[in-house]
Amino acid sequence: MKRRVLPGFGLTLGYVMAWLGLIVLLPLAALVFKSTALAPSGWWALLSAPRTLAALRLSFGGAVLAAAVNVFAGLLVAWVLVRHRFPGRRLFDALVDLPFALPTAVAGIALTAIYAPEGWLGRYLVPMGIKVAYAPLGVVVAMVFVGFPFVVRTLQPVLESMEREVEEAAASLGATRWQVFFRVVLPLLLPTLLTGFGLALARAVGEYGSVIFIAGNIPRVSEITPLLIVEKLEEFNYAGAAALGVVMLVLSLLLLLLVSLLQRASRRWELPR
Amino acid sequence: MTTRASVVRVLMILVSVAVLTVFLLLPLAVVFSEALKQGLHAFTRVFHQAEARSAIWLTLLVAAIAVPVNMVFGVAAAWLMARFEFRGKALLGAFIDLPFSVSPVISGMAFVLLFGAQGWFGPWLIERNLGVIFAVPGLVLATVFVTLPFIARELIPLMQAQGSEEEEAARVLGAGSWQMFFRVTLPNIRWALLYGVLLCNARAMGEFGAVSVVSGHIRNLTTTMPLEVEMRYNEYDYVGAFAVASLLALLAVLTLAFKALMEWRYRHELAAGGVHR
Repeated sequence: MKRRVLPGFGLTLGYVMAWLGLIVLLPLAALVFKSTALAPSGWWALLSAPRTLAALRLSFGGAVLAAAVNVFAGLLVAWVLVRHRFPGRRLFDALVDLPFALPTAVAGIALTAIYAPEGWLGRYLVPMGIKVAYAPLGVVVAMVFVGFPFVVRTLQPVLESMEREVEEAAASLGATRWQVFFRVVLPLLLPTLLTGFGLALARAVGEYGSVIFIAGNIPRVSEITPLLIVEKLEEFNYAGAAALGVVMLVLSLLLLLLVSLLQRASRRWELPR
Repeated sequence: MTTRASVVRVLMILVSVAVLTVFLLLPLAVVFSEALKQGLHAFTRVFHQAEARSAIWLTLLVAAIAVPVNMVFGVAAAWLMARFEFRGKALLGAFIDLPFSVSPVISGMAFVLLFGAQGWFGPWLIERNLGVIFAVPGLVLATVFVTLPFIARELIPLMQAQGSEEEEAARVLGAGSWQMFFRVTLPNIRWALLYGVLLCNARAMGEFGAVSVVSGHIRNLTTTMPLEVEMRYNEYDYVGAFAVASLLALLAVLTLAFKALMEWRYRHELAAGGVHR
């Protein structure tokens, strides 16, 4: 075996594994273990309750919708920030990271103040019949907010390193602008878009702070799964809360697995390097 | 053709700017505007209240413990992941990232199930009169869990891109392990480390979901700033809620401003940083 020139392998490996075991794996093991305290009948009662199903549908459906919105908005914003120069570009570029840095509770009350019926935008939207705050749409708006930077930030480096020659070649061979975009640019960006989609999705599914203020939290209408978990904890129904937590973790892992499979399939169209 | 192309370009820029303004700039503006709605006096009065002050102190305390802990972990994990090849490395990387894909509420709940009255270590802790859940140690643990990957994620791509030639040269020339670390490794990663620390700090001070589950919302004892925002908001003290929120928003703006400054001055050093979260 090759002797390692650099020191610290054993020390850092031992430390990182021990710390991950203590801080990450032990608590999650306690969660899985507690969920086994729920009897099969309890699992059935939990998973067949209309309130649970509605919360899961809102959390996962809302997150998929929000991530899809972020793919479109993120593609547009990343494209404009990389390819075009305009006054204030650097300021807007820095602003993209705001949802990473702004605490979720702050984002939650700010979004509510904007979209509430008497709020900055709500006062114009509500008379038009668009109810954002205290409705499922508000949940999606908050999820779009927290997931916004992921698509932009994964796309930017790829767009920067993309060779314009490919687009120019397509254009010189007679392709229209739309053909260049849909036949050349989009297939190249698809794996990256899916990465961004997966990251935004993972973030939106578990989001709590920014959602609970704007959602109104009406059971079976605008109540998200993490809030249902909190309510079960407050009723000291620990086994039920843990079981719902395990269901959420398993569903999000399956969803992310599906995204990475799609990503693998989409790479078939990548140019050979 | 050229005029149509430039119309499309202007339209794309306008739509992007509109999206960024409505979705990102507006929420930021609302926080400060609502905080100052009843004047500067009502705003500053909030920070003379004991609850607000103790929330600020508690937030600083939790971050002062959680951030250095994650800094040591992040540097060690980055050294391990960027400098060595070993079996199970991909799996270890996935475990380092795991807190990113766990809902904050579930993270907090896991600690309740471990240290709460009905948890694995609950009875042992109660016997010794030690409080973890509904007390400061629980807040620290939940914050450490949620912010665990931040610094490691910032350092790993950079250290991988930098390679290990300089460190190997230092070793061959007879530098000790720590000498190599402090004279070669640390200076090479300092800006990325600083940015990772700032991001980690912003998240640690702003963490809500995980902290909310373990806190118990005891005023003056276990209420951090984001929890204080929630409690005031639910008590219809909007000026108070937005005043405390404006301090957190200011922290976020400073973090972003610092990042923009760093990227502008040290673009080449941070270039390998990849996706910042």
